[in-house]
Amino acid sequence: MTALLASFRTSRRTVLRKVLRREVLIGWLFVLPALAWYVVFVLQPLVLTIQYSFYHWNGVGPATWVGLANYGTVLSDSDLLQTILNSFQLVVYFSFIPVALALVVASVIHRIARGRLGAIARTVLFLPQVIPLVAAGIIWGWLLALPGLVNQLLAAIGLEGIGRAWLGDFDTALPAVGVIGIWVLLGFCSVLLQTGMTKIDPALYESARIDGAGWFSEFRAITLPSLRYEIGVCLTVTTIAALAAFDIVYVATGGGPGHATSVPGIQIYILAFVQRQIGLASALAVVLMLLVLLVIIPIQRLSRERD
Amino acid sequence: MTTSRSELVAGRLLLVVLMTIVILPFISIFLTALHPSGTLPSGLEWPANPQWGNFVQAFNVAHMTTLLGSSTFIVIAVVPVAVVISTMAGFAIGLLRVPGARLLLFLFVFGLTLPFEGIIIPLYYLERQMGILNSRLAIVLPLIGLFMPFAVFWMRAHFVNMPSELTEAARVDGASTWDVFWRIHVPLARPPIASLAILMSVWTWNQFLLALVLVEDPDQRTMAGALGAFQGHYATDVPLLCAGTILILLPTLIVFIAFQRQVIAALLQGSLKG
Repeated sequence: MTALLASFRTSRRTVLRKVLRREVLIGWLFVLPALAWYVVFVLQPLVLTIQYSFYHWNGVGPATWVGLANYGTVLSDSDLLQTILNSFQLVVYFSFIPVALALVVASVIHRIARGRLGAIARTVLFLPQVIPLVAAGIIWGWLLALPGLVNQLLAAIGLEGIGRAWLGDFDTALPAVGVIGIWVLLGFCSVLLQTGMTKIDPALYESARIDGAGWFSEFRAITLPSLRYEIGVCLTVTTIAALAAFDIVYVATGGGPGHATSVPGIQIYILAFVQRQIGLASALAVVLMLLVLLVIIPIQRLSRERD
Repeated sequence: MTTSRSELVAGRLLLVVLMTIVILPFISIFLTALHPSGTLPSGLEWPANPQWGNFVQAFNVAHMTTLLGSSTFIVIAVVPVAVVISTMAGFAIGLLRVPGARLLLFLFVFGLTLPFEGIIIPLYYLERQMGILNSRLAIVLPLIGLFMPFAVFWMRAHFVNMPSELTEAARVDGASTWDVFWRIHVPLARPPIASLAILMSVWTWNQFLLALVLVEDPDQRTMAGALGAFQGHYATDVPLLCAGTILILLPTLIVFIAFQRQVIAALLQGSLKG
């Protein structure tokens, strides 16, 4: 009897194991299409980029192994270093300024304009986020041109003296590209932060006010800490937009004048598809990807800890 | 909450100023587009003789009908495939918890911050080898792959919060894994799937780098890619360039205004989860 029971148990266990194995197989079949697509069109090229970066190759002839020479060039060529410095400068315009301004705008919308004006402001401010970046580049290319709106407005307030072709001037081209970034990203950050503010318990503010807290201490003690996660998201999204900037710069300046607005994305494109220096372009691409990871990981850590 | 009157006025003023800064560029290119083709008007000036014909001319030289068709084709080819395969993967990783789910999730999340510039060079040579360079497939195939990190992450975030009792109950009734997925979980996942579809449509429509590098003929590109080519040809004819830009923007603007709540919500949730 016990023998019979034991054999019944084992057979049940094998059946169960078979079912489980089938389950696992089916589960993997569910993942397979997405995984295959991702491996073939993202991970494979990613590995190839790293591989290319160790070669000299013009895209047609034979490739020669050069070890780390391309990385040496990226880190020593002054033009290429300039592109990396430029992209860090863009982080200030694309990330710090929009996020800081957005905190103000979001608290304004949150405090005084929850009704119709707030709704309209949200929609309008969000507008630049949905149009293609290329269009933003073209529009601002015209606004910042010599006869464009910006100079016209400056003249109207008596400042025609500083008027110029903003995107064509060595000193102002990069900040001018930065202004385009602010225009595109400010609304997105504001709406995102304002949504975060609606989740803060109003009782917190009330008790702070009973304690006699002013606007600023309220902001520092309640608003900022509660929005840590949302601010982290804004910083992440905008920093990637700055470091990996391409569309706006390509359309508005093409990296010029000289290398004044050249960023890694533009330089990768020119090196790979105009000058056919595939190895060097790939090394720069690898450096860009590492830079993004290096900047993003601490932001993520900071905004997620203590949760 | 008590708000003083001066604060109210200052705040409203700030919002109005900001909205003006957002809107004014659009008004400027609209007015510029009405000036005679080939002239160089100033930024904000009502034309003496509005040239509405510029829009017709831009419509023709930009091949708007072809472009709309091309972009729509690309969106229709990318979005449904990407939605289906990422939902399946999100389901397996988040709900079935297949062995290795954590590793899979990590592999996909790793791609979230990847700039497109990082893989564009090998993509070009891979596609040349596959013989799909300069066709719409050259944009469609890699774009589906590039959407996978976000899409899988997004769908997994939905499925991981679904109670497992649902699945177990269906299992007891003898439903297969596919039935559980298709009959129970896909209908329940409609809201996140809709947001994902909206997001990927906008991103596809606005995709520039892939179009620029992988497809030479603007007529086979996305809207944004075609706009780049249009700028290249008509950079000197500012009114025509402005008219073309407005035409190319119009579909996006109409869709945004019609679905603004969904688009804003989708974009916000998208970045919050990602």
